Amino acid sequence: MDTQDPSRRPTSGEGAGAKTADVYVEFNGVHKTYDGVTPIVRDLHLTVREGEFLTLLGPSGSGKTTCLMMLAGFEAPSAGAIRIDGRAVDAVPPRKRNIGMVFQNYALFPHMTVGANLAFPLQVRGLDRAAVAERVHRALRLVRLEGFEDRHPNQLSGGQQQRVAIARALVFEPRLVLMDEPLGALDRRLREEMQFEIRRIQRTLGVTVVYVTHDQQEAMAMSDRVAVFNAGRIEQVDSPEVLYEEPRRPFVASFIGDNNLLRGRVAAVDGDTCDVRVGDVVINAFMVTRHEVGDDVVLAVRPERTGLVSEAGTYTNEFVLRVEDMAFLGDHLRVLTNIGGHGFVVKIPNIVGHGGVLAGEGVHIGWATLDCRAMRPPEDESSD
Amino acid sequence: MLTASAGAPVMTSARHLGPGHYAHVVFCVLVFVFLIAPILVVVPLSFNAQPYFTFTEGMLRLDPDAYSLRWYTMVATSDAWLRALANSFLIGGSATALATALGTLAALGLSNPAMPARPLVMGLLISPMVTPVVISAAGMFFFYSTLGLTQTYLGLILAHAALGTPFVVITVTATLTGFDNNLLRAAASLGAGPWRSFRRVQLPIIAPGVASGALFAFATSFDEVVTVLFMGGLEQRTIPREMWAGIREQISPAILAVATLLIIFAVALMVTVEWLRRRSQRERG
Ligand SMILES: Nc1ncnc2c1ncn2[C@@H]1O[C@H](COP(=O)(O)OP(=O)(O)OP(=O)(O)O)[C@@H](O)[C@H]1O
Ligand SMILES: [Mg+2]
Repeated sequence: MDTQDPSRRPTSGEGAGAKTADVYVEFNGVHKTYDGVTPIVRDLHLTVREGEFLTLLGPSGSGKTTCLMMLAGFEAPSAGAIRIDGRAVDAVPPRKRNIGMVFQNYALFPHMTVGANLAFPLQVRGLDRAAVAERVHRALRLVRLEGFEDRHPNQLSGGQQQRVAIARALVFEPRLVLMDEPLGALDRRLREEMQFEIRRIQRTLGVTVVYVTHDQQEAMAMSDRVAVFNAGRIEQVDSPEVLYEEPRRPFVASFIGDNNLLRGRVAAVDGDTCDVRVGDVVINAFMVTRHEVGDDVVLAVRPERTGLVSEAGTYTNEFVLRVEDMAFLGDHLRVLTNIGGHGFVVKIPNIVGHGGVLAGEGVHIGWATLDCRAMRPPEDESSD
Repeated sequence: MLTASAGAPVMTSARHLGPGHYAHVVFCVLVFVFLIAPILVVVPLSFNAQPYFTFTEGMLRLDPDAYSLRWYTMVATSDAWLRALANSFLIGGSATALATALGTLAALGLSNPAMPARPLVMGLLISPMVTPVVISAAGMFFFYSTLGLTQTYLGLILAHAALGTPFVVITVTATLTGFDNNLLRAAASLGAGPWRSFRRVQLPIIAPGVASGALFAFATSFDEVVTVLFMGGLEQRTIPREMWAGIREQISPAILAVATLLIIFAVALMVTVEWLRRRSQRERG
């Protein structure tokens, strides 16, 4: 029980893959500042495995693009090292890195046809005409755009331009492809369609992809693992399921899905669970990181992991909370209550209409210890 | 590119006949006449059968005998005019090539945010455009004479290149502001070196700006007379210089024939550039 990670469920924690042989990209203690003062990326350690689809997810300005640009070679790290396939790439210019790139605005060459756009990287590599034509054709088939060779980019829809951009990034068969919010300019329906499309292509080719987005649903839908960025730091790197089920930081808990975050102080510790005083109530919680009595912690409880208590003793945590507000949302009720002075949202599945929940009245709510995670508050993070 | 299009809005608005409308149209026509008439009047006069600069009675009666091609024949058979023509194209062409290459490079450098003292360098490059030509010509004369460049083709080419460069810098800089630098990053990520990126990606896209800059540079050299007066020897007489001599020394309507040819040349040049611009736009949308 003295381990740093008392989690009972299996996790693939950050750095877990660092020692294995299939590591393809490695950020090692990378710092970045543009003006010499403001840190944009801080002490970044991240590994990407061969054939993996890894997403950098974070709010605007958190340094995702900067990381991608350093990997592509358009920006140099201020400190630390980046390795690709085991080789330090500090001195390798972008054009020698052999990395496919998909830009947010596609960056297709407007004066060239689709065919010429795709042929460009092949001509650079000195392939002969027949080989170029063959590969261009194959790449277009991969993105389902056969017969579009002679169109100019401005004669294509946004989704088609997107496909061309992806085909161009793949046509020279790089082992690593970077995508910076490639679906940002598309409408929702097309975006969802392209998410599957990109995933299908990535699986087909087995290529390693580093993908950037600030849309958590997109990240969850596409990725093998997601690195959650916040203010130039990685908060957690894990598979979508683990990020959702076992967030290790308050930021991750609130950024991925919905979570009630409650601040409190540890009143008692028992193994890897603890009692936390929040205002006038005591909540039993699972400790994500080790805490002592008296520590300040943040509790995270997902609205859908709470339930109506029909028989006392079902849950380790049970409270009668006053309903301050509620909304009927079809498949569920969203109920705003208050616990220990904090707003607390409860999601009640619509099985029997309102289920007796009424505004202004009390409602008997409970949740299990494992569904209530105690984590270190954000301001302590610099100490680990 | 400035031709023809100016008249169009006036024509379409003719449907809404407001009270001030006719005054507006009259004013526009007057402006047009004032600008164009002095140029157009040269054309019929150049077919004058008599050695005068005015319309003869016969010409006004549209008598075919009052018109002739004698001045055109004279120009076409005159060694002086033919040499002037060759000189103008040699000097203009070389100066344009130089100004276009240097101006484009300068504009590329000036568009890089990392370049220090950008406004200062820009100001220096633009200065030949705002300095009175007499002053730059006099300055160049004294400077070039110490280098032995006066009365040489090279001297005139360099002088005209300096005068033409600002136009290229300005048009290319304007085109570059609309250029998406991600395209160069994309080219690099696809493996292209700087030269290939420039040749195959950047240059084709900024080509209209480069071409109109080159056109302005050529026009600058082609009708420039002041520096030629200062620095050109007998060998380096250009068309404007020959016209200058023609007016001062042997007043002859041959000048009018040359002027007419120049007008046709200028129009052809404009039409060509406009056509090129539209074609490249159509390809790109
Ligand atoms: N070339 C630059 N010079 C100076 N500052 C920069 C530069 N590029 C980015 N920054 C700053 O670095 C920070 C991180 O930028 P970055 O583009 O990496 O964020 P991001 O996570 O990609 O955000 P978004 O989701 O909005 O694209 C921002 O505060 C930004 O202002
Ligand atoms: Mg970004």
